[in-house]
Amino acid sequence: MSINRRQFLGLSGAAIAATALAPGLRLIELAQARSPEEATTSLHRWGLLIDSSKCADGCTSCVSACADENGIQSHGRPATDAQWIRKVTLKDKQTGHVQTLPLMCQHCEHPPCVDVCPTGASFKRADGIVLVDKHICIGCRYCMMACPYKARSFIHEATTGQKQHAPRGMGTVESCTLCVHKVDRGDGSTACADACKKEGHQAILFGDLKDPDSEINKRLASQQSTQLRADLKLNTGVRYQGI
Amino acid sequence: MKRPFLVLCTVLALLSSAAYAADDKKSARVPVPAFKTNIDKGDKCVEPTEVMRRDHMKFILHQRDKTMHEGIRTTRHSLTNCVDCHADTKTGSVLGKEGFCESCHAYAAVKIDCFECHSSSRQAGVTKDSATAAPSTVRALNIAQKKANEPAKGMNP
Repeated sequence: MSINRRQFLGLSGAAIAATALAPGLRLIELAQARSPEEATTSLHRWGLLIDSSKCADGCTSCVSACADENGIQSHGRPATDAQWIRKVTLKDKQTGHVQTLPLMCQHCEHPPCVDVCPTGASFKRADGIVLVDKHICIGCRYCMMACPYKARSFIHEATTGQKQHAPRGMGTVESCTLCVHKVDRGDGSTACADACKKEGHQAILFGDLKDPDSEINKRLASQQSTQLRADLKLNTGVRYQGI
Repeated sequence: MKRPFLVLCTVLALLSSAAYAADDKKSARVPVPAFKTNIDKGDKCVEPTEVMRRDHMKFILHQRDKTMHEGIRTTRHSLTNCVDCHADTKTGSVLGKEGFCESCHAYAAVKIDCFECHSSSRQAGVTKDSATAAPSTVRALNIAQKKANEPAKGMNP
C-alpha cells in the first residue's frame, strides 16, 4: 500500500485534530453519569447550597419529601422518631427578625462522626457523601454525640415497609444520605431539592462542588455563602446563604 | 440361649420399623423448602443452581460492600435482584411460610438477618419482562424507544 503526499497530509491532519479533541471528549465523559459498574471517585464532591432567604416559614415540603423518598415513618413520638432533615427557626433577639432553614447532615470533608466510630461503620465515600454502613454499625451512638449539627438519628424500634433503595433497621444510626441512590442513578438532584423546586421556592440547590461548570459552583464563586460552625474547620459540603 | 437372642432380634426389628414409621410421619410435618422462581425466567439463576445453594451468601456479602462503599450498583448479585425474581406471586415477598428465602432458612435452621433492614417485597412495577433486564438496560431501552417514536410522529401528516 502506498500513499501520496496529499493523502499523507490529510491523515496527519486528522491525527492532530483527534489528539487535540480527545482531552475535551474525556472531560465530557467525566461530567456524565457513571455506569453501575464504576466506583465513585474523588473527581466529584456532592453538596447542597441552601438559601435561607428563599426558605418559606411554615413550609415543610423538603422534610416530607425526604420521608417519602427514604421510607421514614413516624411512630408519633417526636423525641425518638428518625429525622434526616429538620426545619430550624432562627430569631434575632434584638431585632426580632425570624428566619427558617432546613438542616441535615452537612457531609463534612473531615467528619467527626467518622473519627469517633469504633467499627468503621461511619464512613465518607470517595465523592464526599458521609454514610453509615448499617451492616457493621453496632448502635453505640458515639457519632450522634460527635456530630455538631445533631444530624443523626438512632432507630429504636423494629422497622417495616422500607424502600428497596433505603434499608433501615432497629439498633443502627442513620442520617441524610444525600439521596445516594439518586446520585448513583445519575438523577442529579435530591428529593428535598426537587420538592423545594416544586413548591416554587428554589431554596435548595444540589450539585458537584468540584465541577467548575456546575450551577452550585458558579453561585458559590460569585455570591457570599456560609458554612455552619465554620470555626470547627470541617469544610462542610452543605453551604448556606442569607444567614 | 437361642430363644432370648431371637426375642431380642424381634424386639429390635419391631423398634426400628416403628422408628421408620415415626420418621415417615415426621417428614410430612416438617415443611420442605419452596424452591421456586415466581417470575418465569426458566430455571436459570444468575449462577448455576448448585453454586447458588452453597455460595449465595458470599455473592451477597461481596456485593453489599461494593455497593455501600464504592457505589457500584450492578444488579447481577444484588439482593434486590434476588427478591424481584424469587418473591412469591401471591404475597409479593420472599418471607413467610411459602417464601423462597424464609422456607429454606427455616428448614436449615439458619437465621436470616437481611430483611430486618432490607425490603422483602418485590419493587413496585417489576413485571415478568422488566425483571429480566437490569434497570440501566431498561432505561436505555426506554430512551431508544422514545427516539424511535419521535421521528415517526413527525412524519405523520
